[in-house]
Amino acid sequence: MPRSQAIALALLVAFIAAAPFLLFPVYVMKVLCFALYACAFNLLLGYAGLLSFGHAAYFGMGSYLSAHAAKVWGFTPELAIVTGGLTATALGAAFGYLAIRRQGIYFAMITLALAQMVYFFCVQAPFTGGEDGIQAVPRGALLGVLDLTPDFTLYWVVAAVFLAGFLFLYRIVHSPFGQVLKAIRDNEPRAISLGYRSDDYKLLAFVLSAAIAGIAGGTKAIVFQIATLTDVNWPMSGEAVLMTLLGGIGTLFGPVVGALIIVTLQAELAQFGAWVTVIQGVIFVACVLAFRRGVVGELQQAIRRPL
Amino acid sequence: MSELWYELEPFLQQGTLGLVNGAFYAILSLGLAVIFGMLNVVNFAHGAQFMLGAFVAWMLLNWAGIGYWGALVLAPLLVGLLGVVIERTMIARLYKLDHLYGLLLTFGLALIIEGTMRNAFGSSGLPYQVPEAFRIPPVDLGYMLMPAYRFWIVVVSLVVCLGTWYAIEKTKLGSYLRAAVERPQLVQAFGINVPLMMTATYGAGVALAAFAGVLAAPVYSVNPAMGANFIIIVFAVVVIGGMGSILGSIVTGYILGVIEGFTRVFYPEASATVVFVIMAIVLLVRPTGLFGRA
Repeated sequence: MPRSQAIALALLVAFIAAAPFLLFPVYVMKVLCFALYACAFNLLLGYAGLLSFGHAAYFGMGSYLSAHAAKVWGFTPELAIVTGGLTATALGAAFGYLAIRRQGIYFAMITLALAQMVYFFCVQAPFTGGEDGIQAVPRGALLGVLDLTPDFTLYWVVAAVFLAGFLFLYRIVHSPFGQVLKAIRDNEPRAISLGYRSDDYKLLAFVLSAAIAGIAGGTKAIVFQIATLTDVNWPMSGEAVLMTLLGGIGTLFGPVVGALIIVTLQAELAQFGAWVTVIQGVIFVACVLAFRRGVVGELQQAIRRPL
Repeated sequence: MSELWYELEPFLQQGTLGLVNGAFYAILSLGLAVIFGMLNVVNFAHGAQFMLGAFVAWMLLNWAGIGYWGALVLAPLLVGLLGVVIERTMIARLYKLDHLYGLLLTFGLALIIEGTMRNAFGSSGLPYQVPEAFRIPPVDLGYMLMPAYRFWIVVVSLVVCLGTWYAIEKTKLGSYLRAAVERPQLVQAFGINVPLMMTATYGAGVALAAFAGVLAAPVYSVNPAMGANFIIIVFAVVVIGGMGSILGSIVTGYILGVIEGFTRVFYPEASATVVFVIMAIVLLVRPTGLFGRA
């Protein structure tokens, strides 16, 4: 790991360790869940060059299945989250297989349409509870031993899930597999001519991204004890895009910073209703027109070191 | 009447009603295809502009006393003008970048438009009466009675779609347009103002969406979410049809509307998702789309 990234990681760990003493644990947990979600999305957009507009499907199904497993099947929280992650993995494999058949903007439209299909499924399927969602999900006890009901205890579990996911993504991006992904992003025909089966690489990246998005969704369901249609609807897909764009596409820490900003913004502006949507739209437009590198991307440019 | 007719009649009826949805799919996917062909931008704001068309019709009626027929002309003009401003001030800066940025920008615009309308009018929806001229007995098609206004939607959408197709494929201006799609630099060198054509194309595509919005106002309640619901289905329609062909996108739009109608007969629960399922099947069998070029 380059020194700039090592320092940034140390700062991030220090922030996560200090945060519950300084801020509301639930707020920080929300940031961490969305940061992991955005990081998973960034694996696809930033490193494979694939713009998925349907990540809500994996986040939302992860959320629903974790909630269902914890509430109805009585799973312990870690098993519930794994259930959500596995569901998202399976869904990601099926949808990824379809979506990688087209490129560029078609890829974006296909993933969006498939995710909307999942949304309509969730509206009708009995287990999701329709408009009410799955409420009063028990937080349960970790491994059946450690009671997670207090926010402060749960916080360390969520922090561990986030860091594990974050480091796993770092590992993927910096592995030979990640190098090939970047090669495909930059010049797919050349990567193919070098003998790489680009479709296999893209599919695996898609599945990994969906899996981690599902784990983020499942963790969110345990934290807030609820899974609803909001988790699986298209604005949720847009949020992953927004956080990554604002933080910096293809940077390691960008999605985390983006998630921090957007979640904070949503919390501060909650009382203004639909203005949140307008402001998010304005951020989108501003980022695309004048700020394409994002916060971390600009920082990276300024210090001339990768972040 | 025979047994077979008894079986077929509901299909015929629902299929005909499906043409109404198909009319909107056709106009919207046509607009998307025209804009994409010329600007290489997927206009995510298309749904929001459709919704804006409906709202402008409502505002014209309630604030200025201008009725349906006036709105059918004025709303597309006003929203199209907004499209021109958007293209000049924002989209025009992105032509040299990756196509994805156009998608992201217009997604942001869609959020702004939708959020603004939700702030101004709430999310519950506003009523828009079926215009006076259509409060007449339904049209007798032999196998069913079709409400006059819905019949009008199908007819007028066909006229608009075929008119657009004719303008692009058969007129001189259309030939410039098609040439500029293939070789913009060369066409520019011949002294044709290509940037102006791009602006006009975007404005016209947006106006088409707004026109569809006015048509939709009396059928669906005028509400801020109506655009998003439509645009995602239209994206699937566009993937199925492929954006390479103008006529292809029109035909695909109507066909999918009809299939949606059929689905309502034998498995109503799937009618919301059938378009997406067909998209998945098309991707498996013919990834470039039915009318697409590789």
